[in-house]
Amino acid sequence: MAACDRTFNVTTDKDVVRIREYSRIVAEKIGFSANERTLIATVVSEICRNIIEYAKTGQVIIQVLLQNSRIGILITAVDNGPGISNIDMAMKDGFSTGRGMGIGLPGSRRIMDDFEIESTPEYGTTVIMRKWLVQ
Amino acid sequence: MRVPILKHGDYLIASVQSSLNDEELLQLLDDLVVKVASVRAKGVIVDVTVLDIMDSFATRILRDMAQMIRLRGAPTVVVGVQPDVALAMVQMGLSLGDINTALDLEEGLALLNEHKDN
Repeated sequence: MAACDRTFNVTTDKDVVRIREYSRIVAEKIGFSANERTLIATVVSEICRNIIEYAKTGQVIIQVLLQNSRIGILITAVDNGPGISNIDMAMKDGFSTGRGMGIGLPGSRRIMDDFEIESTPEYGTTVIMRKWLVQ
Repeated sequence: MRVPILKHGDYLIASVQSSLNDEELLQLLDDLVVKVASVRAKGVIVDVTVLDIMDSFATRILRDMAQMIRLRGAPTVVVGVQPDVALAMVQMGLSLGDINTALDLEEGLALLNEHKDN
């Protein structure tokens, strides 16, 4: 399963399509249902779009999580963009400083089991998300 | 790949054939906005049955599309949103706004016919 782990550069909308399709394949290998695969791919799509929108470029890492006989997917998004000056605001539904609708981060947090965000203004943003397979 | 747009009576039907990148979606918007006037269409159906994901970009472009086509004098109906896509959109907080939607092509045509009669 570790062979599934991959790091992608995110720069254009074509990367968004490629990465979300890859996340769907990995989610299927892990055993997620069709519904869950679509949820995961939508989260990956939004997180990639955030990178392009705010940081222009960054990386998204898709990994399989194995922990105490649990299995899940780990999605990490890293950029060296301007960072988020007010994370609390960014996590509110409908808040956006870009062209988007401000739904990416709060929506992703609702869908994923774990959601961590770390951002330093002028240094960039890291988002770590996990979703576990319910067996 | 360009999305084919078929003329069906007074209506235009854009039937998405594969997952679309942003450019292809914007191309569809341009094509429809131009074609709706050139054939004097009375309604537009966008069939998204094959789309396995609708993110914030896709929903925004569909909303823009419907609004532009309305300004050109025709209503738009989006048909074929898949159940897991609908679930993901709701969870994500994505909305198609006030665009008309219908289950499938048949229902979409019925909706446009109703609209025309009124």
